[in-house]
Amino acid sequence: MPVNYPPAPKFTPRWMIAVTLAAMVGIPALILGAVLLATPLLQPAVIDAALGFGPYTSPWARDLAYAVAALLLALLMVNFGAIFSGAISWYERRVAGRIQSRIGPNRAGFLGFFVWIADAVKMILKEDLVPADADALLFRAAPYFVLVGFACTFVVLPFGHSLVVADLDVGIFYVTSVTALTVVGILISGWSSNSKWALFGGMRSAAQVISYEIPAGLAIFVPVAMAGTLSMQGLIRAQGGFPWEWFIFRNPAALVAFFVLFTSQLAEANRTPFDLPEAESELVAGYLSEYSGFRFALFFLCEWGNIWVLSAIATTLFLGGWQIPGITAAQIDAVRGAGVVPSLAWWSWNALSMAIFVAKTLVLCNVVVWLRWTLPRIRVDQMMNLCWKYLVPVAFGCLVFTLFWQVGVGARPQLEVITGCVLFVFAVVLAFLFGRRVRLNIQAVQGDKFDLSNW
Amino acid sequence: MEKLILRRVDNAGEEMLLNFGPQHPSTHGVINFLVDTDGEVMKKAIPDIGYLHRALEKIGESTGYPGFMPYTDRIDYVAAMFANEGYAIAVEKLLKVEVPPRAQWLRAISCELCRIASHLVSTGTMASDIGATTPLVHALRERETVNDLLEALCGARLTYNYHRIGGVAFDLPEGWRDRVLKFLDHFDTMLVEWDRLITFNSIYIKRLANVAVITKTQAIDYGLVGPNLRGSGMDWDVRRDVPYGAYPHFKFEVPVGRGSRGTVGDAFDRYYVRVLEMMESSKIVRQALESMPEGEIIAKVPRKVKPEAGEAFSRVESARGEMAYYVVSDGTEKAYRVRARTGSFTAMGIIEDISPGLMVADLVALIASIDVVAPEIDR
Amino acid sequence: MTVNEIHERLKAQFGEAVGPLSEPKIDAFVVVSGHKIVDVARFLKETPGLELDHCNDLTALDWPARNVIEVVYHLFSYGHRHGIVLKVEADRANPVVPSVEGVWKAANWLERECYDMFGVTFTGHPDLRRLLLPDDWQGFPLRKDYQEAGGYHGIPNTRENPLVELRRLDEKRRAERPPPPPPPPAATSNPPAAPAAPAKA
Repeated sequence: MPVNYPPAPKFTPRWMIAVTLAAMVGIPALILGAVLLATPLLQPAVIDAALGFGPYTSPWARDLAYAVAALLLALLMVNFGAIFSGAISWYERRVAGRIQSRIGPNRAGFLGFFVWIADAVKMILKEDLVPADADALLFRAAPYFVLVGFACTFVVLPFGHSLVVADLDVGIFYVTSVTALTVVGILISGWSSNSKWALFGGMRSAAQVISYEIPAGLAIFVPVAMAGTLSMQGLIRAQGGFPWEWFIFRNPAALVAFFVLFTSQLAEANRTPFDLPEAESELVAGYLSEYSGFRFALFFLCEWGNIWVLSAIATTLFLGGWQIPGITAAQIDAVRGAGVVPSLAWWSWNALSMAIFVAKTLVLCNVVVWLRWTLPRIRVDQMMNLCWKYLVPVAFGCLVFTLFWQVGVGARPQLEVITGCVLFVFAVVLAFLFGRRVRLNIQAVQGDKFDLSNW
Repeated sequence: MEKLILRRVDNAGEEMLLNFGPQHPSTHGVINFLVDTDGEVMKKAIPDIGYLHRALEKIGESTGYPGFMPYTDRIDYVAAMFANEGYAIAVEKLLKVEVPPRAQWLRAISCELCRIASHLVSTGTMASDIGATTPLVHALRERETVNDLLEALCGARLTYNYHRIGGVAFDLPEGWRDRVLKFLDHFDTMLVEWDRLITFNSIYIKRLANVAVITKTQAIDYGLVGPNLRGSGMDWDVRRDVPYGAYPHFKFEVPVGRGSRGTVGDAFDRYYVRVLEMMESSKIVRQALESMPEGEIIAKVPRKVKPEAGEAFSRVESARGEMAYYVVSDGTEKAYRVRARTGSFTAMGIIEDISPGLMVADLVALIASIDVVAPEIDR
Repeated sequence: MTVNEIHERLKAQFGEAVGPLSEPKIDAFVVVSGHKIVDVARFLKETPGLELDHCNDLTALDWPARNVIEVVYHLFSYGHRHGIVLKVEADRANPVVPSVEGVWKAANWLERECYDMFGVTFTGHPDLRRLLLPDDWQGFPLRKDYQEAGGYHGIPNTRENPLVELRRLDEKRRAERPPPPPPPPAATSNPPAAPAAPAKA
C-alpha cells in the first residue's frame, strides 16, 4: 500500500519566516526586558517607597508584599532558565549540524527555531512511566532536587548594573553550596531507578561533581581575594569595563584560574568531555536510563540551563561582568535620581550593561557548545586523575600566588595596571595566531577556495 | 562461572553481573557480553553470541553455487564485496576457471572502495563510542559518496552481489572513472582533516593508548587477522603475501602497528592501522583505474555449475581481516559444504582473555578497536 | 616447503598415524588418526622449519554415507608461507576428537562451533558448550540428517505464506461486510446534466 506523504516543502513560506523571526527576537526581548524591569523594581526598598510603608505599617502587610514580590521574581527567573534551556538546545543542535556538515533542525519554523517548544510539548504529553520495581517516591522526587539546585542559583546571578534578584553578601559561596543539591538529585535518580546501569551512572556522576567542587572552589578564591568580597555585584564592581581591567588579565594566576574554573564547571555540569554519567555509547544515558517524558525533560532542562549558570559565573568572576568600558558603576548610581522609579538615563545604562553581560555569557556558552561536539569523552579514572593530580595543585598554586600578589599590589598599585595591559596584549596576539591557525587548517583541506558552502 | 552464565542472574554478592547488550549502542551489532564487574574494573567479560545466526552455511547446501552469492553479502554486510570475492574464488578453483584480467581489475577496484567504506564505518563508530560524535557523521558523509559510486556500478548500496563465478556482473558505467577520481581527490584531503580532528586528539589518544594490548604472539595464537594482527606488529597482508587477483600489479604499503603513541598492539595501533589502510586503498584504486585492461568481464561458466568432487580453500583480505572460504563439492549442482571463516569470529574469542582488569569504558574501546560485526561472527 | 615435503616430515615422525596425501583434488589433505592429532599439531607448530602457527580454520564435514564426521584443520605458517590440511575421521555415532586448544588458542571458539553444529566432542577442551545456538537447543544443525524440532519454547519456526494468509483474511473481512445497498432505479429519458465545465476552460 503506498503511503502518500505530503511532499517536502521547497522553501519556507514568508509568513513562517516572519513569525519565526518575530519569536526569535521577541522571546529573548520579552524575557530580558522583564528581567530588566522587574529586578530593580521588586526590591524591598522600592516596594517600601511605592506602597508607602513606614515604621507604623503592620509587619504582616510588609511581609506579604515582600513575599509576593519574591514569588514574582522567582517565577521570572525560573522562566528565564527554562526559556534559555530551550533556546540553547535549539542553538546547540544547529551548531552541531554545522560542525557535522549537516543542517540540523529546519522544519519547525524557519531554521527550526520552534523545535524546542515542540520538544517541550511532546515531553509533557508522554506517558508517565515509573518502573515497577523502582522506589516510587524517590524516583518521582529526584528530578526536583536537580531542578531546585539549578533554580536557586538564579537568586544571585547578576544581569546588569542593578539587575539581580538579591545581592547576597555571600553570593558566590551561596552558588557553590546550592549547586551541590544536583549531586543529591543524581544519586537519588540512579539509586531509585532500580537498574544497575542507572546506579553506575549515578555513582560516577556523584564522584565527578564532588571531586570537581574542590578546584572550582579554589579557583573562585582568586577573584575573591582580588576583590575582597564574596558578593557577585561586589566582584564585578571591583573590575572595570575595559579588557585590561578584567580580573583575568590583572593577575597571571587569575588567567590560569579562569581555565581551572571553566574546566571544573564543565565537569560539574556533566558536559563533554566530562559527560561520563550520561555516556550514551556506554550506559545508554546512565542515571537517566529509566526516565522518560517530563521528568527526562526536567533533567535536561537543568543540564542546558547550567550552561548559562556556569558561563555567567565565569563572566562575573573573571571577565568583568556587566561593566561598561569608560563608565564606572558609581557614575550610573549617581544618575539614578531620588524618586521611587529611577530615571530614564539610569534605565538605559542598565540596559546597556545587561546587553554586555548577556553578550559575554553567550560567547562562553558558545564555547561550551563547541567543546561538546569536538572532543571525545575522558574515562573515569583519567578524570579523577586530572582533578586531583593536576587541577587541585594548580588551583592551590594560583591561590597562594594571588595572596602574595595582593600584598604586592597593595604596595605598588601600578603592578596591576601594567600586568593588565601586558596580558591583554598577549591575549590579543594569541587570538590572532589562533585565527591564522584556523585559516591554515581550512586551507590545508580545501585549498585556496575557502568554500564555506558546505556549512 | 558456568552456572552463573546459564542462569544469567547474579549471586547477590559484591560483584555485579551486567548484560552489556544485545541492544546497545556500542556493541557493533547484536552481541551480548556478560560483564562480571565490581564497580568500574571488570573481572571478566564473556561474549554471548548467536543473536544473528541465520544458518547461512546450511543454506549454502541447498541453493546451488551461483545462488549462494547474494547470501555471501549477508555474511558481512559492511564489507560485502570481499565475501563475494572469496566465494567466487573458491568456486572458480573447483571449476578450474580462469578469470579474465579486466574482471580481476574490476574486482580489485570494487573491493578497495568497499574497504574504504568499511573502514570509515569502523573508525567513525569507534570515535563515536569514545564520545566524539562529529567524526562519525563526517565518515558517514564520505561513505555516502562511496555508496553512490558502488550503486552506479552494481545497483546496490550495501549488499552488492556484484562478483560472479568467473568474473563480475557489470562493467563500468560511463563517467564512473571521473567520479571515482574526483571522490578520491576529495577523500585524501578529508583524511588530513580527520587526523587533525580525532586521530591526534590528546583525549582520544589517552583513551586508546596502552589499552587492551594484544602482543604479536597472542594475536597469532588466537587467530586474529587483518588490521588486528597488523596492529599488533605482525607484517602480514594476504594481498601482498599470498597474492590473488590483480594485486600483484599494484604498489601499496602495508601499515603495521608500531606503538607510536603507546605500546605495540594497543587499541590506538589497531585504529591507526585502519586509518592508514584507507589511504593505501585510495592509492590502489587510482593505480587500478589507470592500468585497467580491456576485455571480457566474465569467463565462460556453464549455466548449471557442477564442479567435480573436491574441496577448495580461498583466502581474501577483507576489511576485517582474512576471510577464508572452504567449499566442498560432491559432483552435484548443490554444494556439499560451504564454510566461511571470518576474522571477527576468532577476534571475539580473544575478548574473554584480554578483558580481566579492564574498565567498562575500556571494554568499549576494545570491542570498537577489534572491529567485530555481528553478521560475521554469527553467520 | 610444499605440501609433499610437509607430508614426508609428518610420515617420518608419526608413521602409521598419518595417512597418505589425497589425490590433488584441488586442495590436497592428509588424514590423521584421531588419538594422535594433538601430537601432530604440536609437532607441526613447534618444529623449526615447519612452524605452522596459524590455525586458519577448524571445521567439520558430515559424511553419512561413510558413517564418518571429518574434522578438518587448515593450518598455515606466517613465517614460512606454507600450509597443510589435516583431517581427522570420527565415528558418526559418537564423534570424539582430542582438542588442540592447547596448541592454538584460536581453536577454542572454532571447536566450540564444531560442537555446536556437528556434535563433535573435543576432549580436553576447557569450556565446551554451545556457542551460536541457545544452551538448551536439541540437535546438531549442520548434520545431514538434522530435523528441525518444530519450534523452540513455543516459538513456531514455520508460518503460513503471507500472501495466502492475507488473502484469506481479506476474503473473511469481505464476507463479513454488509452487502451494498441496491442501486437507485435507472434514469428515465432525460440524460443527467453534463458536469460543469472544468474551471480551466
